[in-house]
Amino acid sequence: MRFLLLFSRQGKLRLQKWFTPITEREKKKIIRDMTTLVLARQPRSCNFLQWKDLKIIYKRYASLYFCLAVENQENELLALEVIHRYVELLDKYFGNVCELDIIFNFEKAYFILDEFLMGGEIQETSKQMVNRCIEASDMLQEVRSTHIKSNNGLKSEF
Amino acid sequence: MPAPIRLRELIRTIRTARTQAEEREMIQKECAAIRSSFREEDNTYRCRNVAKLLYMHMLGYPAHFGQLECLKLIASQKFTDKRIGYLGAMLLLDERQDVHLLMTNCIKNDLNHSTQYVQGLALCTLGCMGSSEMCRDLAGEVEKLLKTSNSYLRKKAALCAVHVIRKVPELMEMFLPATKNLLSEKNHGVLHTSVVLLTEMCERSPDMLAHFRKLVPQLVRILKNLIMSGYSPEHDVSGISDPFLQVRILRLLRILGKGDDDSSEAMNDILAQVATNTETSKNVGNAILYETVLTIMDIKSESGLRVLAINILGRFLLNNDKNIRYVALTSLLKTVQTDHNAVQRHRSTIVDCLKDLDVSIKRRAMELSFALVNGNNIRGMMKELLYFLDSCDPEFKADCASGVFLAAEKYAPSKRWHIDTIMRVLTTAGSYVRDDSVPNLIQLITNSVEMHAYTVQRLYKALLDDISQQPLVQVASWCIGEYGDLLISGQCEEEEPIQVTEDEVLDVLEGLLVSNLSSPVTRGYSLTAIMKLSTRFSSVNRIKKVVSIYGSSIDVELQQRAVEYNALFKKYDHMRPALLERMPIMEKTASNGPTEIVQTNGEAEPSVVEPKHPPPVGQPASQGNDLLDLLGGNDVPVIPTTMPTKPASAGGELLDLLGDLSLGLSLMAFYLFDLFKTVNFLSIGIPPMTAYNKNGLKIDFTFERANPNPNVAVITIHASNSTEADMTDFVFQAAVPKTFQLQLLSPSSNVVPALNQGTVTQVIRVLNQQKQPLRMRIKLTYIHKGSAVQDLAEVNNFPSQSWQ
Repeated sequence: MRFLLLFSRQGKLRLQKWFTPITEREKKKIIRDMTTLVLARQPRSCNFLQWKDLKIIYKRYASLYFCLAVENQENELLALEVIHRYVELLDKYFGNVCELDIIFNFEKAYFILDEFLMGGEIQETSKQMVNRCIEASDMLQEVRSTHIKSNNGLKSEF
Repeated sequence: MPAPIRLRELIRTIRTARTQAEEREMIQKECAAIRSSFREEDNTYRCRNVAKLLYMHMLGYPAHFGQLECLKLIASQKFTDKRIGYLGAMLLLDERQDVHLLMTNCIKNDLNHSTQYVQGLALCTLGCMGSSEMCRDLAGEVEKLLKTSNSYLRKKAALCAVHVIRKVPELMEMFLPATKNLLSEKNHGVLHTSVVLLTEMCERSPDMLAHFRKLVPQLVRILKNLIMSGYSPEHDVSGISDPFLQVRILRLLRILGKGDDDSSEAMNDILAQVATNTETSKNVGNAILYETVLTIMDIKSESGLRVLAINILGRFLLNNDKNIRYVALTSLLKTVQTDHNAVQRHRSTIVDCLKDLDVSIKRRAMELSFALVNGNNIRGMMKELLYFLDSCDPEFKADCASGVFLAAEKYAPSKRWHIDTIMRVLTTAGSYVRDDSVPNLIQLITNSVEMHAYTVQRLYKALLDDISQQPLVQVASWCIGEYGDLLISGQCEEEEPIQVTEDEVLDVLEGLLVSNLSSPVTRGYSLTAIMKLSTRFSSVNRIKKVVSIYGSSIDVELQQRAVEYNALFKKYDHMRPALLERMPIMEKTASNGPTEIVQTNGEAEPSVVEPKHPPPVGQPASQGNDLLDLLGGNDVPVIPTTMPTKPASAGGELLDLLGDLSLGLSLMAFYLFDLFKTVNFLSIGIPPMTAYNKNGLKIDFTFERANPNPNVAVITIHASNSTEADMTDFVFQAAVPKTFQLQLLSPSSNVVPALNQGTVTQVIRVLNQQKQPLRMRIKLTYIHKGSAVQDLAEVNNFPSQSWQ
């Protein structure tokens, strides 16, 4: 996998994970290209597009687009499963995850992603393992408190 | 100093901004606060500030001033700090900055930390963005962790090792011992990442691949267990046990089985089992089937298995799920070369996909359809493809049109069918047809001698209907110019000949000239066509009138042509019939023009000008001055640059004929072709000369006139060596008097082979605006039989035609 982007229907970026070194400028360009391409797609089109030498797999969950770029030899159908797995992990952690959760707890979304994928490959195939590790790590945090659901209350770590 | 605001508070505040400007203001204010907090080296809130910075960075604002702070966080003892610090490092730093090297020590310490989650953070960061230097420094630590019994760390270490190998392939060897019993792990995370690691190693090294072939039985066993085992809640996805691992194993099997009979044999059974037993109602099952098909097609599987695979793809094509149809078409495209017949069986389904609503599917279906066209199905397929061309989106039309032309050329059952097909494309998708199709089509038409009358008639009729599609209009006007006599004589055999008079034809052509729809190129075509008709029609006066009107056209191209055609009527009327006679059958050329073409209009001669040869005359300034001093203290710069290549437009880039019409018949004829991009018409008859001949080294000069500027002489030097030893490091330099300008292009090589076995050629362009007699000083340096040779010479015997 080359990169994973999450963005809203208005094209606002919510998460960016790059699996190869790219300059800031190129990142901005790719983000622009992806949001343009994906947001322009018809509602019932297939979830795959070809972009330069990469395959782009995208899927919309509620108000968020998940956009994953893979190399040509990778399995697109499995990539859809990868996206779905990540959404499930987020859902398990946040409890009925919605876009606001990811906005207000973006660092948690990254932590979860980093337990699931690493260097563009899948790290752990068990849902429970990933969640257990995140919860254990959360416990290690010096200022303890669980994630904040949306923007209820201001009790938070930072 | 009040505590910096909390992260969530900041997020909430920023989200209340109603305009971009308001948001920017808030962000700037907060950034200022964060900066001053950083300056105060505040440990307590550093974490909070960096987290806020990361949020603002995601919104697109610069955050580089936080990079060092991330490092401080990583170095902190607090887990919270480390977590944000590492995240910040992954988001803000990349291997291009030197700052990241400072992380190396921290990571090293953290890799040995007592808490596995800290070790995990370090492994993750290294595995995501570690540079080659970092990887080199820390590979040993990673290797250690790869052997640990802690599966949490082992799986991360495996992926980290993958990253290290990608960055520093030479380190691959050091991970080999640790891979020994990776596959005997029960933990799926470790298994999965181990398979990834093994895959990476096998892809990079044929030795590793051979070494790991022995793992095939073990992999088959693991896969079998996954399929046969009952429900496992931890790894279940819609009734399938750990599809991610299954797919990864299938991929590794593919690599191991490729080209190896034994391994392929060992995996035949399991592949058949997966192919038949996998549940296909959900995407996840199809993902596994897809990978299985790819593996079957790549290894040396038995034919029964291959047929099974293609049939799976055929079933995919009928699936309701678009993604699956798309994937099927893509895979079939890959296999169509090797298993052509098997794929042909699904041709009708594939052709149906042309009518799919989804754009991605249509594109794949189109590509696959073209790949399936052959001599047997050409008529049927072409019908479908032309129908597709009619109704498809503009984004497909150009590719489809090109594809149709190619297929028609290869498999046309008859010339008439071919011409009809071309006509159909031109009339339905005429404006999307690529520019290079026009010359190709003209050539095709010229060579179909018996169809000329039919073709010109059909094209004429098409013109009457519609003159907006430029490629159609261009081809049509060219044909009318060539075969207008056949048109009015009503000779058509293939269909009912139409009655058309000379005036009507000229009306149509003149109409093109004045129409707003015609592009300048099209106008050029029509004017030339009108001119050609002067030898085929009898209404010469009318033609003369038209041509003279355009002599004062604003369009320079048209004006030039008109003036020259006028001149043909007036001064060179005796030449006119010969110049305008019927075109001979053309040789089929490569799409970029013949490759042995002598350099003319600035395009690189493929065999001679190599961009990687550095310009030989990059001599230090003093040497250049030496040469020039000898010419009487002139300060002409010797410019050894390579020429920029100029794309030629059809009809443009011609010799400037206005000045000098005495240059011979061949040039006029070239003008009237209007087709080819590079043409070898430069035999202007300047004799070659020997510029230097000493010590076995002979240098000849041959001349061409450059275009478009006739004041530029293009000289090609040919250096040959008649001695028995090669002359190496051969460098040719030249200088000319002040009134000239010189440009030296790259030489073909810098070794002049012995015994005249080859020549070194190099092109010199001399601009001679004042038409002075050409003189040149040359300097030669080379190494011959171990010693360096240097010589200077004057070249004064240039033939007068080269500079007049």
